[in-house]
Amino acid sequence: MSMSPTMRLLKSREAILAGAILLLTLAIAIRFPAFIKPSTLANVFNDTAPLIILALGQMAVILTRCIDLSVAANLALTGMAVAMLNTLMPGLPIPVILLVAIALGALMGLVNGLLVWKLDIPPIVVTLGTMTIYRGIIFLISDGQWINAHEMSDAFKAFPRAVILGLPVLSWIAIIIAGAFILLIRRTPLGRAFYAVGGNPHAAVYTGINVGMTQCLAFVMSGALAGLTGYLWIARYAVAYVDIAGGFELEVVAACVIGGISIAGGLGSVGGALLGALFLGIVKNALPVVNISPFWQLAISGSAIIIAVAFNATSSQTKGRVILKKVELAL
Amino acid sequence: MLASSQGNEYVHPAAGVGTPVLSLSGISKFFPGVKALSDVELELYPGEVTALVGENGAGKSTIVKILTGIYQPDGGTITVDGKAQVFATAQDAAHAGVTAIHQETVLFDELSVAENIFIGHAPKGRFGLLDLPKMRAMAKDLLDRIGARLDPDATLKDLGIANKHLVAIARALSIDAKIVIMDEPTASLSHKEIEETYALVDRLKAEGKAILFISHKFDEIFRIADRYTVFRDGQKVGSGKMDSVQEADLIQLMVGRSVDQVFPKREPKLGPEVLRVVGYAHPTEFEDIGFSLRQGEILGFYGLVGAGRSEFMQALFGITKPSKGAIRIDEIVAVIRTPNEAISHGIVYVPEDRGTQGAVKGLPIFQNVTLPSLSKTSRNGFLRLAEEFALAREYTQRLDLRAAALDQDIGELSGGNQQKVVIAKWLATKPRVIILDEPTKGIDIGSKAAVHEFMAELAAQGLAVVMVSSEIPEVLGMSDRVIVMREGRVVSEFEGEDLTPENLVRAAAGIEEARP
Amino acid sequence: MSTVSLATASDDGAAPVRQLPDRLRTRLQRFVGSWELLLLVVAAAVFVTNSLASPYFLDPWNLSDATYNFTEKAMIAFAMALLIISGEIDLSVASIIALASTAMGLAVQFGADTSTLVLCGLLVGLACGAFNGLLVTGLGLPSIVVTIGTMSLFRGLSYIVLGDKAYTGYPDSFAFFGQGYVWWVISFELVLFGVIAAVFAVLLHWTNFGRVIYAIGNNPTGALFSGIRVPRVKFALFLLTGLMSGVAAICLTSRLGATRPSIASGWELEVVTMVVLGGINILGGSGTIPGVFIAAFVMGMVTFGFGLLNVPGIVMSIFIGLLLISVIALPRLWRRYASRKA
Repeated sequence: MSMSPTMRLLKSREAILAGAILLLTLAIAIRFPAFIKPSTLANVFNDTAPLIILALGQMAVILTRCIDLSVAANLALTGMAVAMLNTLMPGLPIPVILLVAIALGALMGLVNGLLVWKLDIPPIVVTLGTMTIYRGIIFLISDGQWINAHEMSDAFKAFPRAVILGLPVLSWIAIIIAGAFILLIRRTPLGRAFYAVGGNPHAAVYTGINVGMTQCLAFVMSGALAGLTGYLWIARYAVAYVDIAGGFELEVVAACVIGGISIAGGLGSVGGALLGALFLGIVKNALPVVNISPFWQLAISGSAIIIAVAFNATSSQTKGRVILKKVELAL
Repeated sequence: MLASSQGNEYVHPAAGVGTPVLSLSGISKFFPGVKALSDVELELYPGEVTALVGENGAGKSTIVKILTGIYQPDGGTITVDGKAQVFATAQDAAHAGVTAIHQETVLFDELSVAENIFIGHAPKGRFGLLDLPKMRAMAKDLLDRIGARLDPDATLKDLGIANKHLVAIARALSIDAKIVIMDEPTASLSHKEIEETYALVDRLKAEGKAILFISHKFDEIFRIADRYTVFRDGQKVGSGKMDSVQEADLIQLMVGRSVDQVFPKREPKLGPEVLRVVGYAHPTEFEDIGFSLRQGEILGFYGLVGAGRSEFMQALFGITKPSKGAIRIDEIVAVIRTPNEAISHGIVYVPEDRGTQGAVKGLPIFQNVTLPSLSKTSRNGFLRLAEEFALAREYTQRLDLRAAALDQDIGELSGGNQQKVVIAKWLATKPRVIILDEPTKGIDIGSKAAVHEFMAELAAQGLAVVMVSSEIPEVLGMSDRVIVMREGRVVSEFEGEDLTPENLVRAAAGIEEARP
Repeated sequence: MSTVSLATASDDGAAPVRQLPDRLRTRLQRFVGSWELLLLVVAAAVFVTNSLASPYFLDPWNLSDATYNFTEKAMIAFAMALLIISGEIDLSVASIIALASTAMGLAVQFGADTSTLVLCGLLVGLACGAFNGLLVTGLGLPSIVVTIGTMSLFRGLSYIVLGDKAYTGYPDSFAFFGQGYVWWVISFELVLFGVIAAVFAVLLHWTNFGRVIYAIGNNPTGALFSGIRVPRVKFALFLLTGLMSGVAAICLTSRLGATRPSIASGWELEVVTMVVLGGINILGGSGTIPGVFIAAFVMGMVTFGFGLLNVPGIVMSIFIGLLLISVIALPRLWRRYASRKA
């Protein structure tokens, strides 16, 4: 009944996905060898870093049987807010900017979380609503104006692009957050509580876990990461406007679903979210290389969501309760 | 963690001494329309096993939930070691030293064995992070102690049900508990695993734990319990030492009603065979079920919870698909793949799980009644409310439904009245065979009598009735014939003078001969 | 069997049989405490406020123009209401519009006439609905994820076909659906909206099919155990939602006279908001078509009023988001407050 650890690893969803990514990269590389130059791959990773960070936050939310569709709006609002802060006070040090971005994002996540926890409103409704509200607020505070590169201070723009040990800070942040998430998920009571709440909320109560509070914390975490990404995004592209990262929430959900994180909660891994994001990142970066119009991207991520969720559903069909002893022995 | 004593010979100094480690007094619990517990007493002694006995719906599960902090009682006090306690959360109960091994193993499929054991109270190392090596080692210790050879890192979903159960036991022991609640711990275990569980109970006793042991199996109660407490209809009806009580006394206390409860007198007039089932099987739930049923007959299905009776009935009704087997209705072979086909063949099913499978809460009474009969009350697919009300009135009146009006939400009715609506719903389809799955579970005595009366009436009118019940007096009082199932198979069939409580209990539990 | 009448268990048979009344409250009494009445009051308030705020509001042609703010969305909202009552949701409706509109634009390039265009729009809508329905009922996938996926897929297909271009050149006769008037200021769309509302009201409230939708939404297991073919009903509802999205696509494309892949973007939110504002329980099981009907007017009036006051569209979306959350939150807060007082 028990498989050897190596077998289990090989049959895991992460391994299948990693194999698919490898094959995809190789297929591209055969026709366009430049694609697998280390510098190109580093670029692809850096491009995918925001998606990775948001997918990790989304993973925490989805693990608890919720969903956060407001992340892209949160990102855009935080980005606009720190960009305006920077134009007003160009001398503000970067750590303060980072703190403000994280706090603002966390606050928006808290709003989502409280509505879900305290009022018991379905997460999809809450975040559909806050998604438009947060977007609308960007217009209110910016009056619909763009903030362009020349209005931002040099230090503000330079931070995510600064190169350390061959990789930009943006990439490093994604790596550090992924590491922190592995620690959080595997080594903290909160991380395990995410799984418990999503896997069996009824039983979680028996073990003394507060289901609503755990879900709320997942939203706060997702919000904080969206806020952080908001600053990094705006600084990297050196522009802030109302519609920035529009529709990005769908890509984030797609990355999670492709990474095998079950929308029904309680199932998924950091590795899965990472690989799901990387898969989409590679597809996105490969399209121009192989001369396919970038307009294909939306349809590809849509199909990927559907295929992944169908695949997840068929591979995780629950086994029936076993009454017949004979059958159990035969297993 | 547990006291370090591993020796089986150790006897707690307080064992048998008359100071309970936990006592409940005057505990009451109400749910909308139901009084689950009223003024209940319970005492547990260190180093002793107290058996809690009672029929389904007697309030056993409720008391477990109160003891583990899931429910808060509406009245009464919980005293642990002489101090009054309030268990507001599951953690409060754990801190006070109460732990439970639940009926339905409360575990998480996606977490590892070690994590399942320690979730909620895991050992922490530096920076408040979980100390995984320590957790693994502690899990290994616990598993060794209960004789389970399991890998602490294995994912729970890869384990069989018996091993999951061992994990649940290990989890209960991982809490430094004074009081261990075991809720039907042997319900779905094999013979060997049951013996291991008994050995474990002995060890826990020796360590001085107070054990509350809930079971339906009399042989095991007499084997391992020191004391007993009997619940009936949410009240304590008796308690004492095991050595001063006989099996018959316990059955008497437990079912009590058999004395004062009168079942309708019936003169069964059996007609021709309506239904014959041959070799019905399902990959995991039941195997080789066969029987025949005649008009005017009430056929009882007895067995312990989890014997596969409901699963079989649901296959007969087309909810699940059997892997093998055939049905003949009026001697003609019939195929039933959906509930719709079952209904059109005249087979209807009153489910045990009234809340989710029976009543459509949110819909008014009359709409519940007409739901499977809409084609009859409508014209060209358009509703005709007058006909719906007429049909609903006819059948609810026959069952003496108590409600304010026919457009009242069925969710607002008491359990007994909801059951009447569900039965009315099926009678309105004019069935040939009605399957009643635990028809009086969790409903008040008055409604029970009405349901029994009505069953007798239906049989007299020529309907064939199949009744699944775990209540011995009900099975004995109502059935013409009883089939006993165990572990997914038919084990025996009784009728006439063989229909005795002892025979049923013995066949259901798989006991070969009578206890001396 | 029906000849036997059963007395109560304890009575000796002589006691009169208890007679249950059909209804506890009359139709009027039920209306007085209803969400629909509250909506009517709100609609009246909005109407009065608007007419006081702007002198242009009461102009018949202005009012007629204002109805375009909600007619197309409301057509989908009626079907979405049925879907949500049954416990499912379809977030891909706006993308179905995009795909159906793209298909019609493509057909124009091949010289299709108006009737072919209409057929094309309806068929694409039906096909999209069938695709959603198959994934949800055939594979048993959660509708939220499926339709988030098809939301990207359907619009993505439009982007693949159109890129940053737009289709124009629709035949003149095609313009009638979105720009034509039946009588004086009464537009074709308004009439169509009324007819669709009536059809859906009959379907949901007066037919067996409607009854079954409520049963499934309140308790899908109980419905299954009552012999209802739950997957079949749900599939039909996805089909219906796809079809109505196709109808909306025809009207919208005709009105704009052009197809861009970004057409109707964000409409799924407005449609869901309209449905929820109309008193449909987002968790399924309850709500009425008249409620959605009035909610459509309220949302249209408010949008129009904001427009007259020169409030930009994005700010209106804040309002819609707040509305969506507060119509669900307020009754819950109220119930909590009421139960604490009791």
